[in-house]
This record gives sequence, structure tokens and C-alpha cells, in this order.
Amino acid sequence: MLTRRLIAGWPGMLFLLALAAAAVLVPFANLALPPSSPWHVPTHLVVLVGKWLCYALLAIALDLVWGYCGILSLGHGAFFGLGGYAMGMYLMRQIGTRGVYGHPELPDFMVFLNWKELPWYWWGFDQFWFAALMVLLVPGLLAFVFGWFAFRSRVTGVYLSIITQALTFALMLAFFRNDMGFGGNNGLTDFREILGFAVRDQGTRAALFAATCIALAGGFLLARWIVTSRYGLVLVAVRDAESRTRFLGYRVDRYKLFVFVVSAMMAGVAGALYVPQVGIINPGEFAPTNSIEAVIWVAVGGRGTLVGAALGAVVVNAFKTWMTGAMPEVWLFALGALFVLVTLFLPKGILGTLGAIRWRRRPPPADAPALATEQGR
Amino acid sequence: MNAAVETTAILYVDGVSVSFDGFRALNRLSLIIEPGEMRAIIGPNGAGKTTMMDVVTGKTKPDSGTILFAGRHDLSRLDEAAIADLGIGRKFQRPTVFEMHTVWDNLLLAVKQPRGVFRTLVARLSGAERDRLEEILAITRLTELRERSAGALSHGQKQWLEIGMLLAQEPALLLVDEPVAGMTDAETEQTAELLRDINRTRSVVVVEHDMSFVRALGVRVTVLHEGSVLAEGSLDAVSANERVVEVYLGR
Repeated sequence: MLTRRLIAGWPGMLFLLALAAAAVLVPFANLALPPSSPWHVPTHLVVLVGKWLCYALLAIALDLVWGYCGILSLGHGAFFGLGGYAMGMYLMRQIGTRGVYGHPELPDFMVFLNWKELPWYWWGFDQFWFAALMVLLVPGLLAFVFGWFAFRSRVTGVYLSIITQALTFALMLAFFRNDMGFGGNNGLTDFREILGFAVRDQGTRAALFAATCIALAGGFLLARWIVTSRYGLVLVAVRDAESRTRFLGYRVDRYKLFVFVVSAMMAGVAGALYVPQVGIINPGEFAPTNSIEAVIWVAVGGRGTLVGAALGAVVVNAFKTWMTGAMPEVWLFALGALFVLVTLFLPKGILGTLGAIRWRRRPPPADAPALATEQGR
Repeated sequence: MNAAVETTAILYVDGVSVSFDGFRALNRLSLIIEPGEMRAIIGPNGAGKTTMMDVVTGKTKPDSGTILFAGRHDLSRLDEAAIADLGIGRKFQRPTVFEMHTVWDNLLLAVKQPRGVFRTLVARLSGAERDRLEEILAITRLTELRERSAGALSHGQKQWLEIGMLLAQEPALLLVDEPVAGMTDAETEQTAELLRDINRTRSVVVVEHDMSFVRALGVRVTVLHEGSVLAEGSLDAVSANERVVEVYLGR
């Protein structure tokens, strides 16, 4: 019964099957098949798709708060970036003496800045478990503090969106500063090893790809579990009639805070998987445009569908890759046009529209994203 | 606030004033509802009926005065969720149901249960809850429509669903704002019957414009005017009151 509840009909089933297949077949086709084989997947493609899948996890995190609870966060890139930096710090400390300056403890940029010892907030990042914990805790804590103030003060709608945007912008400015101790403008890069495996190794890349598939599936199942619970019913109720929900006795601020923190942690994991695959994290990841692009992925794929959000992230990024190669100067216009067109003609996004077409051939239109409840159907 | 008040009333409102930008919506309003009582509140537009409900349910904070629930809870210090949890349920003037949710899910949201985040995450429908919801569906005549999304209901059905949600909350006191607005005569009749039925176990305050409905309820009536009580008594007594007639008909 729980399985049925979590898989959510054909889109969820296809999604999980596709991820399972990708996690096995892509590494196989990359590692085991010779480059001459028509089925060989080149390493650059593995990395590219792995990156898209990280974005897909970010999109699911965003859909959880926006699609189900109506919190339009224009700053989810902040949580993605923080998760990425936590992973980047671990990777920096794994470089050890192999850096340009060969310092056993300090990363190159610190030696360059004439720092004598490791700042306290870099302590512990030589341990993977510690970094992994920070990948969850740092975005989670920021989301908790931010949400605590915002939701208790009943900041909603466009005002909330603006302050989330300000949040990521402020982080970008802070991380650009050299004396913050995060590599300033250049960020963290030149990674060597992760868990003892060479980051640039073909096998490591394939493993990271598979890990991303697993994380994405896990994120999807967690989000499904949340939205199909009674808690999920309350979330949608808050989205549609916030004050009514309050009069039913629900503490709306706590409901929002919980989902916001979970979503931020999920975004952090996405960022942490992204960094070893692309090999760099810099303050540009906090750019407001990144967070806005994530909103567009979700809108294109279909809000409040989870699978749609992931689909949107992959489709839009595939489109971006093609277009920035073919005619780079047009890309931003195309992105804007895409958003306008989707808003006008596909307000429910790709998946929402597909769902509507399917429903038309079936009995009564459930105009909501089908939510399985605990009715024991 | 005077905490030394001793009262057996389920709702005790004394000298409550509320102003919005200099406009006195409530002006030293005093009102006492006894346990098990049903009270109808009437009054012309702007008399303060809805503001009175806002103050009791925590949506609006009073500038001065005392509001006690069950003689011991000072409602002016609590927020909406805490007040709802104490056992005060509210039905709004415009039916407000969760349109994207099914009828069943609307009731499930309302049903009396722990309201904490972690409790709802793992909550499962108990047999007792299921029976209770089935019973409410039957009372509100929505059994056939349980899988329908609430947004697709007719106006009267939404009103009934909201009353059903109130029942599911199992409040000790129900505040019902214009329950028959937009209903047909037959529906109005059934609603009066339903409220009388509810009143057997709970206290009810009904705000209503429809005089035939108030007559059908056959309960004590309070007339509000300019934020305070103008008259109180049976419907016949207050309709005979000269000042009430003056207020309603204009001078």
C-alpha cells in the first residue's frame, strides 16, 4: 500500500524505472563498451547528464515548497550553493600536499592570501562524514532561521519571494569576498580525490552519476511520502487557503518551516553531488538568475507534480546546452520566451498538461494533482 | 485584562472595543453565551457582527475588554490556531473550503486530531475517525460526493461541507456566519434543522440576515448596532422594539 502511495501512477513509475535503468546502464555503457561501439556513452555526456540530474533534484526540492505549499522561493540556489561549498571544502582538504604550494593543511588560496592557519569553520572538513553532515545541516539551519522569522511574521507571496532573492544575492556578495575564506571569486576548484578515488577518473565519474540517480530517486520518494501524508493535505490547504487552515487549528508557520527546511536540505544534497561532477564551485552559483532558472524548470515541467519538476529541469537544461552551443547570444531571450509561452499556453506545465489529456478520456476530472490519501482505496 | 472574572458562560465578552483607523467597529460590546445555548445575532451592515467573530477567533486583537472562553481561557492572548484547538469552530460568511481537495479530504483536515507537524506526517486514518467522517457525510448529505473535489460543489453543498468540517472539529462552541446565504428555501429549512441538531451537544452563535431563518431557529436574538448591543430577547420582542425598528428601517 505504501509502495502504491509513493509511486504515484504512471509518471512516478516511469520516472523511477528510468532512473534505475540510467544508474545501471549509463555507467556500463561508459565503462564496459569500447568507444567504437554505437552504444558507448562518452564521459563528457555522463558528466553533462549527471549535472542535469542534480538540477532535477533541486527542482523537486523547489516543487515541494512552491508546488505544494505555495512558497515561491527565488533563492533556492542559496541552499544548492551551500551544499556545494560544503562538499567543495571536503574536496579541497583532500588535495593535501598536492596543491601548487604544497601546504599539508591550507588550501592554495589561503597560502596565497598569507593565512597562517586554517580558520575554525574549515575544521572537520577533512572527514567525509562531517562534510556530508554539513551538506544537510548548513542549508537546513539557514532555512530554519530564515523561515522562522519569515513565516512567523506571516510574510507571504511576492514579499517572501523578494527576500529569498535577497538572501541568495547577499550570500553571493559575501562569498565573493576573499576574507570570507571560501576562495573568493575563484571559489573552490582543482579537486583531486573523493573518498580516495581520483575525481577526474572515468570510473569515479560513472559512480558519481549513479549516486546522483539514487539521490534523485530518494529525494523523489521522500517528497512523495511527505505530500501523500496527512501533512501533505495540510500543505496544499495552506497553499490554497492559508487563513482557513489556521482557523482549523493548524500552526501554518510550523508547517511551512518544516517543508522549507526539508527542501533546503534536498537542495544542499543536489549541490553537493553537483560540485565533484563539474569540478568547481564559485560564488556564481548564488547568482539570483540561477534560482530564477530553477523556478522556470518547475513551471515548464509542471508545478505540484514532482516528476514534472525533474522533467522540466532536464528538458530546459538540454535545450540550454544545445542553444548555448548553437547560438549563445539568443539563450536568455529563449529562456524568457519559454517562460512566457509556458505561462500562457501550458499553465500546468508539460506533465500537468499530459495528465489533463489523459484524464479527459477518463471519468470525472480531478482538477487537482492527484493526491492519494489514506482512505485505503 | 481582568482575570478575576468568574463566569460559567462558555463565551464571556465584556466591554470589548476594536477600532480600525479611527472607525469603531466594536464599541464596548458585551455578550454572554451560556453552555448549550444557541444565539442568533442580527444587525444591519457594519454593525460589527463579523468583527465580533474575528475577535473571538483571534483574527483581530481587541483594543480593550475581556473575552473568556469556558470561564478560563483569555482569548485575546491566543492566536487563531490555539483558539481553534481550544474548541471554537468558525464557519465563514463566504464558504471557504479547500477547493482542490476532495470532500473527504476536507473533512479529514478538519477532523479532531493532533495538529502537530510530526503527528500529521505519520497519521493514519483510524477506524473511529473513518466512522465519524462517514457519519458527517451522511448528516450533511455529501456521501455520494465524497470523491468530488470541493471546488466542483454547488454553493449550498459548499456551505454544508463547511458545516460538516465544523462538526468534524468537534468544537464546544460554533460560530456560524450567514449559513444560509445563497441557499434555496428547502436548503434553508434543512440547515435550520441541522443547526438545532448540532445545538443538542454544542453551543452555537449564528449571525444571519435571513429573518425567516432566524424565526425557524426559534432562539434568543441579540441585535447589534454600531458595535454594541442594541437589544436582546426573543425575535418577537426585539422586532417590537422601537429602536430596533428605527435602525432597520432608517429614521
